[in-house]
Order: sequence, then C-alpha cells, then structure tokens
Amino acid sequence: MLQKYIAKSPWVFHVNTGGCNGCDIEILAALTPRYDAERFGVKLVGSPRHADVLLVAGPVTHNVIEKIKRIYEQTPDPKLVIAIGACSMGCSVFQDSYCIDGPLDEVIPVHVYVPGCPPRPEAILKAVLMGAEALPEILKKAEKGELPPAPDIKEKLERYTKYRKKVAEEASE
Amino acid sequence: MSEVIRKGYSEFVRIPIGPIHPALHEPYYFFFELEGEEIKNVWIESGGVHRGMEALALNRNYLQIIPIAERICGICSNSHPLAYTMAVEDAAGIEVPERAQYIRVIAQELERIHSHILWAGLGAHAIGLDTAFCYLWCLREDVLDIWELLFGGRVTHAVNWIGGTKKDIKEEDIPKILKMLKNLRKALPEVVDAFLYDPTIVRRLRAGTLTKKDALRLSALGPTARGSGVKKDVRWGYGPLAYGDLRDDYGYKPIIHQDGDVYAKTYVRLMEIEQSIDIMEKALDDLPSGPYRAIEGKTPKVIATLKKVKGAEGIGRHEAPRGEVIHYVRMEGGEGPYRWRPRAPSLNNNFTLPAMLVGCQVADIPIVVASIDPCFSCTDRMTFIDENHRKFVLSYDELIKISREKTWGDA
Repeated sequence: MLQKYIAKSPWVFHVNTGGCNGCDIEILAALTPRYDAERFGVKLVGSPRHADVLLVAGPVTHNVIEKIKRIYEQTPDPKLVIAIGACSMGCSVFQDSYCIDGPLDEVIPVHVYVPGCPPRPEAILKAVLMGAEALPEILKKAEKGELPPAPDIKEKLERYTKYRKKVAEEASE
Repeated sequence: MSEVIRKGYSEFVRIPIGPIHPALHEPYYFFFELEGEEIKNVWIESGGVHRGMEALALNRNYLQIIPIAERICGICSNSHPLAYTMAVEDAAGIEVPERAQYIRVIAQELERIHSHILWAGLGAHAIGLDTAFCYLWCLREDVLDIWELLFGGRVTHAVNWIGGTKKDIKEEDIPKILKMLKNLRKALPEVVDAFLYDPTIVRRLRAGTLTKKDALRLSALGPTARGSGVKKDVRWGYGPLAYGDLRDDYGYKPIIHQDGDVYAKTYVRLMEIEQSIDIMEKALDDLPSGPYRAIEGKTPKVIATLKKVKGAEGIGRHEAPRGEVIHYVRMEGGEGPYRWRPRAPSLNNNFTLPAMLVGCQVADIPIVVASIDPCFSCTDRMTFIDENHRKFVLSYDELIKISREKTWGDA
C-alpha cells in the first residue's frame, strides 16, 4: 500500500559523507526550475525521519561512518538508498586514501547507483523515480531473502569508536 | 568542547548542530551555548571531510594531481587546479603563453560568477526566501551551459594543464558567451534590488558582524574580509595571470563595504558578479592569438620536462571566489612532486564564525554560517597526530617546526 504512494511522491533526504560538494550542488540543481523535480512529487526534506529516499554522495570518510549508519537506521521502512556519483560507487580519486571507509555499499545496503563525477541532475532525478517505481519489487525480494545481506561494518565501527575515545581522552588531559 | 560535555552542568542551554544537518550541506559539527535566544559560545569541530589528499598526491604524477586538486572542492573546481599548476610552473620556470593566461582569467571569472550566484541562492534559502533561490539557480544554469560549451563539464571542468590550458576557446563560441553575459547583466538588477533594498530581507541580513579588527586578527579572506572593509584582493594587488594587465588597462579595484555584517558580504558578492561580467567581456575582447600551451605534446612530454627539475619550490596564488588560494609545490626530480600543500580560503574564514556568531540570535545561525560561503571540503585536509598517535593539539611554534622538518628534512 505504502509503496504505491511513495512512487507518486518520493521524499528525499540528502547526505554528504565527505565528498567534494559537486554531487550535492547537482542534487540541489535537480530541484530548481530547469529540472523541476517537484513535478514528480520529489521533495527535499530536513530530517531522515521524514524521508523515503536517501541520496548519499561522497566516499564515506572515517569520521562520518557512524553517523551515516545512524541516519540509515533513522529512516523509516520501506526505504531506498541511492548512491550518487563515482565516489560513493567506488571512491573515485580517493581510492587508496588511509581515511576512507567506503565505498558506500560496504557500509549500508544500496539499491540504486548513479555513475558520473558528478552525475547530471537529469540522471539523479531519473534514479529517484526508477528506484521509487522498483520499490515493490525490491521489498518482495527482501521478504524472500534474495537481496544480498547488509554489509558487516563491525570492524570499521570499532576502529571509529576507539579513535573517538582517544580524542576525548587526549582532550581531557 | 568535550570538557563542557563532561562537566554536565552549565547555566546555558547547549545545542549541537551537525554533523549532518539540512542547514549544512557538508559534515561539520557546531556546538552552541545559549542564554535564551542569544548565542554565548560556539565550538567548531572539523574533520568530517578529511580525505587524506596530500598523502594521496605523493603517489601520483604531476598531471594526475590536477584531477585530485579539482576534487578538493566541487564549487571551486577551477581555483585549486589553477593554483596548483601555477605553483608547478613557478617552480619549474615555465612561462605560460599570453593566450592561456587570458583563457584562465575567463574561466576563473566564469567560476566566480557561478559561485556567487550559487551563494546568493543558498543565502536566500537560508532566510526562507525560496523564490530567490529558484530564480538565482535558474540564472546559474545558463552559466553552467557555457562551462559545458567551452570545457565540456558542468561542475568539474578540467580547464588547466601544466604550462597552459587543456582546451582553447574557439572563435565561434565567443558570441554565445557574450550573449549569456548580456542576459545575465539584464537579469541581475532585480536580484540586487531584492537583496539590497527590500526592507524585510535587509533586516534579516543585518546580523553577524565581523569587525575590521577581528577580520585582520583572524586573517579573513575574500568577500568575508572585503565585507569588513579590508582591502584584500589578490587579483588587483598581486596581479597574477592577465589580471595585472586588465587592472592597468581598465582600472579595476577591489569592492569593499565597511559594515562587516551579512548585508555587507552580500553587497560585495553581488557587486563582484557585475565586475566579473565586465572583466570577462574585456578579456574576451582583448584575447590575444597564439599558442595556448607552453609545452607541446601530450602527457609523456610534460612529465619528461618536469622530471628534470630538481631542488625547486614554487607558490601559486590567486583569488578564488571565497578568497585567496595558495598552493605550495616542492620538486625533487621524479614523476611527482616531493610535497604538495594546498591552503584553501575557507580554513581562515571558518574560524571567523565564532567571532560573528556570539551575540546573535538562534534564528540567525543559518544565514550567518552561510555568509562566509563555507566550503568545508576545502579545509579538512589536516589532522594533528604525531608518530605515536598521542598528541592532538600542537602549539604554533611546534607546528612551524614540524612543517619545516617535513619540507626541508632534519636540517
């Protein structure tokens, strides 16, 4: 029932996980009159708790890994995660860096990928609409257990908590 | 900041904003202490966008760094590669042909126009004026069309190449650029009217004052400094590229405003759009003929030329839309630089925020934060950790000592 309405008006929340801003301004550009996302009912909302779709850009840096996971958990089901840009697909030019925990599908489950550095606004819009339309199918697959399992990030999170603890200790000294 | 949390008690109300928040488009963490509606204290925690670029660059050759520099920030995607190529040219002693210098000026001013329009749109969005946001971003699309026409990309343009530019500007494209500039010039007065004379908007913009003294003390750059009456503009002072010629021929001056609040910064930016349109028209008019690259040939030739340079260092500086960008390059033979160190203007500007925000109302936070045009992805390239991962805060003298050691060896 719910999926039918989501396809008519997907509400999106936009997350930057440490990218260069290029994808973010293209996401915003998709909402402005030239591309006019609102004619499809696509609306940018201010909280992940209101969103149906997460638009995630950036290569997932070490410092935001815990936050991105929390945002994913805050988004109500059924939800759709769209990886925007080359960074969230495969880390792009930051591939060998020591403080990148990406790509995104190694952190949270991803349903739609949009390639490009950055992708054009039309591509982002199309991905949102295609994903929203394919949502019933995705949910059916999830029920049957055909989707790949959620990635295991225990190790990465441990590394992160250890790092934060150390920062707090050093600051208190 | 963590001390305040640990104390557990304070007479002020504490609110965190960030790291992922709709008013901030990038992961950045603000922590406010409030008394009623008034802000008493501000902490900033950065590091969310730290991607280890300088370390990455150590394994890349001179030309592979250009795309990395471009992705320091998606909005100043022309400024960083330009400063980097200028630094390499400075170190290697490559003389850039005059035509390339003019093309670079045109690209740089095009970027300034697009960035300032983008800022004005986001600023309007921050005070709840979404009509202006949509209108301005619609204007910006025309500028992006020209980017696409000239260099092939909307956001990442790949204009620069060591010793010149990657592409030439074709004769037949010039009328299209001029037409876009003409349309833009026609559309701008409406925006300027709304921002600078509409009483409702003006009252919203009268917040977040940065005094001239503070601007100098915190070494603010770009429109943030110029809005506080500091006459600081690399284009007309130092005069890199063809800016020196344009200044001497047409008498350009930095645009400044004395008030120091958000209104002043808005004024500076909107006036700079007009100035940039003017500069672009003049530069297209004066565009000299000739080659647009100093080194003929493709990648292997350029790398072979740069490989011969040993024991040289260079600085590239020019005015990005947010302020002065400085890149430092040290060359010690080999295919890549020995050290590459960029410094983005937002690093200076972000730390003027506490000075501006203290004493403001909570409702003013989005517009005051937006007023410096923060670009957090520019700044987060450094963490202060020593070899044993123990020390996190370094004093000024220690920092200087460490950076000297890193650059010059133990000597």
